[in-house]
Amino acid sequence: MSSLLAIYAGGFALISAALSVTRPNAVHALLYLVVTLLALAVCFFALGAAFAAVLLIMIYAGAIVVLFVFVVMTLPISPEAITRERALLRRAWPLPLLMSVLIIAPFAFGEFGLTATGQPAPVSAQEVGRLLFGPWALAVELASLLLLAGLIGVRHIGRNDRSPRSGS
Amino acid sequence: MTGSDLIGIMILAAGLFAVGVFGVLARRGMLFQLVALEVALSGPALGFIAAGAYHADPEGQGMFILVLTLAAAEVAVGLALFLRLRRITGTDDSDAISGLKG
Repeated sequence: MSSLLAIYAGGFALISAALSVTRPNAVHALLYLVVTLLALAVCFFALGAAFAAVLLIMIYAGAIVVLFVFVVMTLPISPEAITRERALLRRAWPLPLLMSVLIIAPFAFGEFGLTATGQPAPVSAQEVGRLLFGPWALAVELASLLLLAGLIGVRHIGRNDRSPRSGS
Repeated sequence: MTGSDLIGIMILAAGLFAVGVFGVLARRGMLFQLVALEVALSGPALGFIAAGAYHADPEGQGMFILVLTLAAAEVAVGLALFLRLRRITGTDDSDAISGLKG
């Protein structure tokens, strides 16, 4: 039952992801991205990964999409830009579609060789925390280093060059 | 959860990744490419979670948290680069800035 729900929600996420990457309007693409992430969260929940589902909603659908919305607010969405996007997409879809089919083909037609039935035991957040701060402590430190490098990089890229020259 | 359920979810994960790759290749607007990159990253995340649930192992969710960190850093740097390039070149077409001549 719960894995059926997981497959259903995953299929929903796949459809809305396909809609999200083909919309010519940036706001519509973002809204479909939110739908994709929420459907994925339902899928994670059905798979017994409640902690991951909550993190997905909080960080992906909360923080990351808000970043996108801030950038879209600075973007002029004119009808000309939308028609230009649509024309570009109409010209350039066949080769990328072929690439995507080649990526998914071994998964859809290949043999996984999985016959055993695992017990769907939900993984609790306690176990994840024990893993992350026990054997994986080095990976967590590396992730924090990555975030620090991203922070410094964004601060450097986003600095305003004109203020020192104008003397203020 | 049986093996065939895991295969179905893995096909969905590969489909999400393939849709993201399609978006990155087919779109030229940088913002749309970043959205497609998010979709592409969510595919492996679903794969990790499904494998972790199948084996009742917390390492799947641990990898998901690392993927989440990567996605957050990638989006921050990508959006900062997008704003910067749009201020310099006045366009959001990723083909227009392929020369990197400064």
